[in-house]
Amino acid sequence: MTTSAEPIQHGAGPSRQRRINQLGLWLFFASETFLFGAFISSRFITSQTSTPEDLNQALALALTIVLLLSSISAYLAETANAHDDHRGFRIYTVATITLGALFLGGVALEWKEALEYFPPGTIYGTAFFSLVGLHAFHVLTGLIALAVILFLGKEGRFGSKDSWPVEGVIKYWHFVDLAWVIIYPTLYLF
Amino acid sequence: MWPLIRGTLSGIVGYMVGALIATLTTTSTFSGEFALVLGFVFGLLGWLFGIGMWNAWGREWVGLTPKTEKAEGWRRYLRFNTDHKVIGAQYLVTMLIVFLLAGLVAMAMRAELASPGQNLFTADVYNKVMSMHGILMIAVAVAGILGAFGNYLVPLMIGADDMAFPRINALGYWMVPPVAIALLAAPLVGSFDAGWTAYPPLSVLNGDGQVLFNVAVIAFGLSSILGGLNIVATVITMRAPGMTWSKLPIFVWAAFAASILSLTVTQFFAASLIMILLDRIAGTTWFGAPGGGTALLYEHVFWFYSHPAVYIMVLPGMGVILEIISHFSRKPLFAYKAVVVSFLSIAGIGSVVWAHHMFTSGMAQNLEGPFMALTEAVSIPTGVIFLAAVGTLWRGKLWFQTPLLLAFFWIFQFLIGGITGVFLADFVTDLSLHDTYFVVAHFHYTIVGGSIFALMAGTFYWFPKVTGRMYNEKLGKIFATWFFVFFQLTFIPLFWVGLNGMNRRVATYQDNLGGVNRFASMMAMIMGLSFVLFVVNLLWSAKFGPVAPANPWNARTLEWQVSSPPPEHNFPSPPSVDGGPYDYGVVGAPTHLREVADPVG
Ligand code: HEM
Ligand SMILES: [Cu+2]
Repeated sequence: MTTSAEPIQHGAGPSRQRRINQLGLWLFFASETFLFGAFISSRFITSQTSTPEDLNQALALALTIVLLLSSISAYLAETANAHDDHRGFRIYTVATITLGALFLGGVALEWKEALEYFPPGTIYGTAFFSLVGLHAFHVLTGLIALAVILFLGKEGRFGSKDSWPVEGVIKYWHFVDLAWVIIYPTLYLF
Repeated sequence: MWPLIRGTLSGIVGYMVGALIATLTTTSTFSGEFALVLGFVFGLLGWLFGIGMWNAWGREWVGLTPKTEKAEGWRRYLRFNTDHKVIGAQYLVTMLIVFLLAGLVAMAMRAELASPGQNLFTADVYNKVMSMHGILMIAVAVAGILGAFGNYLVPLMIGADDMAFPRINALGYWMVPPVAIALLAAPLVGSFDAGWTAYPPLSVLNGDGQVLFNVAVIAFGLSSILGGLNIVATVITMRAPGMTWSKLPIFVWAAFAASILSLTVTQFFAASLIMILLDRIAGTTWFGAPGGGTALLYEHVFWFYSHPAVYIMVLPGMGVILEIISHFSRKPLFAYKAVVVSFLSIAGIGSVVWAHHMFTSGMAQNLEGPFMALTEAVSIPTGVIFLAAVGTLWRGKLWFQTPLLLAFFWIFQFLIGGITGVFLADFVTDLSLHDTYFVVAHFHYTIVGGSIFALMAGTFYWFPKVTGRMYNEKLGKIFATWFFVFFQLTFIPLFWVGLNGMNRRVATYQDNLGGVNRFASMMAMIMGLSFVLFVVNLLWSAKFGPVAPANPWNARTLEWQVSSPPPEHNFPSPPSVDGGPYDYGVVGAPTHLREVADPVG
């Protein structure tokens, strides 16, 4: 999911375009922060800091660790790509995708339990399903984007000469992880 | 035409697929609420890819080389075109059409309100008509100036050859037609009757049309977020050499401030509408009191966007008006720096005043004072804008063309709008004014006065640039005056009926207010007729008007230093900037566009 501008500005070099893309991505993060912020603050308004007894804390902690690990592998994939280590890029991207998919699987498991103990019709369930769902949707889009760069980069297309698509996707992945780092305490730790 | 047909077909297919998935995986019926949501999402994607996003962009994601589909003449406008000038013109025409349509709907409302009882519509149908008028007009005010002039002019004014993200720009525009179609198609599935504000519990309980309203407005919000992102990134990164922040034309500053708002707070509108969808479809209880939710939450989340939204509407309007006033009084813009600070502080303070819409909602009472004070604090930067306008006009050499005339009208109306706002922001008086026609009159003065009049002024001012022909000055002035006079005759009486207790959003009212309302309805119809003149003038002049020179107004800003209409990548050679944009009559001031010693070669 590149955001490159099509007609390059007069005298624009690749580094200028890269700066523009970077800014665009950060602006997008700023915007997304407001979306997550709306749901996170609504959770506190409707159900304050209450959490039900039946939360599966062990599973949530495991999910958090999985996602944090995926950030590390994503970082390694980005660095490998920047150093033209195409094999490393592929391995770490596959690892990231696997961890991300594991996370989504864990969320599915968690939802199955949650549906019994605190269904969406309860006020905590409302916040829980909305926030986790919103985040899981972002993880899903991140996974798709990772799959795209994995597929496109299979013949070493990116590397140091065209690293932006990889960098952009991985930055997005970090952002989604960071969002979880804030959602996790919001839903589980009070 | 082919891209349009292709887009329509793949949009329909997308809709079917989405609705089918919803039907197969859930208990929703094919026309049920979840099917409407998934159908819209897939239909939107189908439409976008069909119209050209696949060729221009999507192909890259699967390793193919993108194809650009070039076209000449009017066909340029009917496809996925990344040229910011094409996109600006697309927005202008689309928004004017939506505006005229929503205006016709307003005439229907005024026909109903011409007498106290129920005559034209049932109470229920009236509410649907009113909601349709409201949301269409809000869309015009949010995306009219910013979409049309923001896209057309920001790159030109800063000396760039396009926006920072041209493809995202085209994507943002092409999201608008499906939004309009979804809103207009809502009556097929029961319409929406909860007003443009869509307050629960009604919006959770009413007909399926509300679902279309929600998905359409969320998509519109996304389009306006992408537009805002693009303008912010463009202004930061694409300025020509010499175009320092203190030489930016004031319209660019205004668009920049408004874009920061639409980039960020629009997400709250999306969030509030998503919550409604979740309550309706996924069984959550954000706003359902029985499950422990609260409708008050909606008001907070909604107004956290929708108050700043009024500045998304009016900041670009201020920019257009100050631009016009400086060029037509042949004087430097008065207090340029203070205006810039004011734009930014209006955006800043304007983001923390939302609860002045909630004084009667039952929110915590100790919040009312602070929100009143903060709201009134916005009057200070707003006052600075007025001072700058008047200070620039003061002893200027006024050239009374249609744009300047409209700018004068703008000052008057926005003043009335602002002053009446103070009575609404004071919670003591608001207790009796809330939800009456006083509020209706207030926001028509601010939005029509502040945004639509600026849209009209800008349309006349930049018409020669966009079309390469001059509009008819006499018809322009007659239209402007006609619109202005009958606007006053329509809306001043509405303050009065509001003060006398006439409630908004109801088809009927007290018998003793019949006379004044009949008068307002008649005046409204005559006001509506003025647009025949507007449309005729623009259409006729675009085809037969006298050919416009590059710079008919003798203005200094960059867009006037290139041919009318400008060439494809704006500037024949990379421009750089020398003097300020408004140094009219300043002895020895260098031109804004740096003069090249040897222009040939
Ligand atoms: C001096 C500046 C302003 C002040 C103090 C002010 C104050 C207010 C207040 C307190 C209300 C709520 C009234 C109620 O519902 O009881 C209100 C409503 C409204 N104002 Fe303003 N306002 C100002 C400027 C503007 C501007 C510039 C715009 C738009 C460009 C605007 C658009 C609106 C709209 C749309 C509503 C009605 C929303 C609804 O309930 O549907 N206002 N204003
Ligand atoms: Cu407000």
